[in-house]
Amino acid sequence: MSILEVNDLEVYYGVIRALKSISFRVEEGETVALIGANGAGKTTTLHTISGLIPMRKGQMIFDGKDLSRIKPHALAAMGMAHVPEGRRVFADMTVLQNLKLGAFSRKQKAETEETLQMVYARFPRLEERKNQIAGTLSGGEQQMLAIGRALMSRPKLVLMDEPSMGLSPIFVNEIFDIIAGMKADGVTVLLVEQNAKKALSVADRAYVLETGEIVLSGDAKELMDNERIRKAYLGE
Amino acid sequence: MSFLNYLINGLSLGSVYAIIALGYTMVYGIAKMLNFAHGDIIMVGSYLVYSSMTMAGLHPVLSILIAVIGCMVLGVVTERVAYRPLRGASSSLAVLITAIGVSYLLQNLSLLIFGADPKAFTSVITWKGITLFDGALQIRGTAIVTILVGLVVLFGLQAFIRHTKSGQAMLAVAQDKGAATLCGIDVNRTIAITFAIGSSLAAVAGVLFCSTYPTITPYIGAMPGIKAFVAAVFGGIGSIPGAMIGGLTLGVIEILSRTYISSQLSDAIVFAILIVVLLVRPTGLLGKRVMEKV
Repeated sequence: MSILEVNDLEVYYGVIRALKSISFRVEEGETVALIGANGAGKTTTLHTISGLIPMRKGQMIFDGKDLSRIKPHALAAMGMAHVPEGRRVFADMTVLQNLKLGAFSRKQKAETEETLQMVYARFPRLEERKNQIAGTLSGGEQQMLAIGRALMSRPKLVLMDEPSMGLSPIFVNEIFDIIAGMKADGVTVLLVEQNAKKALSVADRAYVLETGEIVLSGDAKELMDNERIRKAYLGE
Repeated sequence: MSFLNYLINGLSLGSVYAIIALGYTMVYGIAKMLNFAHGDIIMVGSYLVYSSMTMAGLHPVLSILIAVIGCMVLGVVTERVAYRPLRGASSSLAVLITAIGVSYLLQNLSLLIFGADPKAFTSVITWKGITLFDGALQIRGTAIVTILVGLVVLFGLQAFIRHTKSGQAMLAVAQDKGAATLCGIDVNRTIAITFAIGSSLAAVAGVLFCSTYPTITPYIGAMPGIKAFVAAVFGGIGSIPGAMIGGLTLGVIEILSRTYISSQLSDAIVFAILIVVLLVRPTGLLGKRVMEKV
């Protein structure tokens, strides 16, 4: 069963049509990449799924439920987590406080504690710095914190928006290793990236977005050999 | 010795300003709006205590409880009806002007219900106070209670924010509404809780204020409201310890300048100091410098 199914989604900014009837799906356990240039509509797509931007037309089904009537803040409890573009950690709060906010919709304290240990096991650096103020972390560490915060809700699907943006090459590699590790653990990910090469190397399938339309889709390995992709996105 | 006495009176008045300023600063920090009707909640709280205690003859504690709950409901309802529909409006002026409108609405409703003539407020604090140094220093019970309540409110609020989920949600919403939503926090509910807390604190402040200055009119909320706003800006708006320090400083300056300089000029002095502080530190004493987003 698809964990997420998007059908004929249209989104407008005023009179400008930002998404022109796009359709895609994410299966359970998959890592799906949404690649495309700046302004293609990648972030818009994720924000619409999370309910931060209203859709004009179309249908979004998450875990068997229609998302059109669901309040954005209720999605976390349903099993959707979103690692936003630019990380957006709560800069004045500690690492631990940030992580606990990720588990905000969970009631059982013991479960939160257990999940916290799982997140620390994945990101030992977050445990070392648990009492540090998040705003004083490096960019890469903040990205780890944003991912850790999302994982605190034990999500069925993680939306990741440009996790490699603004990071040094070493951290970019580290972040993609983390995504590969999440995939190995069976976490379902919808990944939005400008770094098409890296995204395709970690994804199972991918969709290519150009000016609000899906122009190509398919197996990530095959897309990597596609001549149009190589020219436009891989710089070859 | 009399200086010490004036200082304590200043701290007492300052505690009232601080409790009101806490409401201003929390609402500003979390909902990013200046609730200019906040001062009038104080007035409503005082009238509620007056009508339940003096008119209906209820027990003082019960009367205070009625005032606190009444103001809490009033705060939540005004937020829901008047401010929430304007959240996300293209101009933040819209909600500011609405708040001024709510302020006049509350004042005129009170005028309609209770009339224009001042009502005598029976102090809920009957304790005479303590006498020290063979009568050289007399501290009124009202002053002691007011200062203690101020401290309890400050530490209680800090503990609430640090140790409860709602408190943490408030901090998250204050910093980034979008990211808070993605974490599963209901932003509207969090703002409503903030209004509930701020308004019940205003009721408490009203009771304390009228115990020291026992005359109620529909306009008594205006001046302490404005001064508490000054206190919040002075301490750094959005900062809870800032509101406390700002309130206490303001109260002490007001009483000392009223005593030693001129009772007519005391308000002018208070506002002049605000101007100087803002010239030197535009974000207030404890306010954060706003960093530009990269």
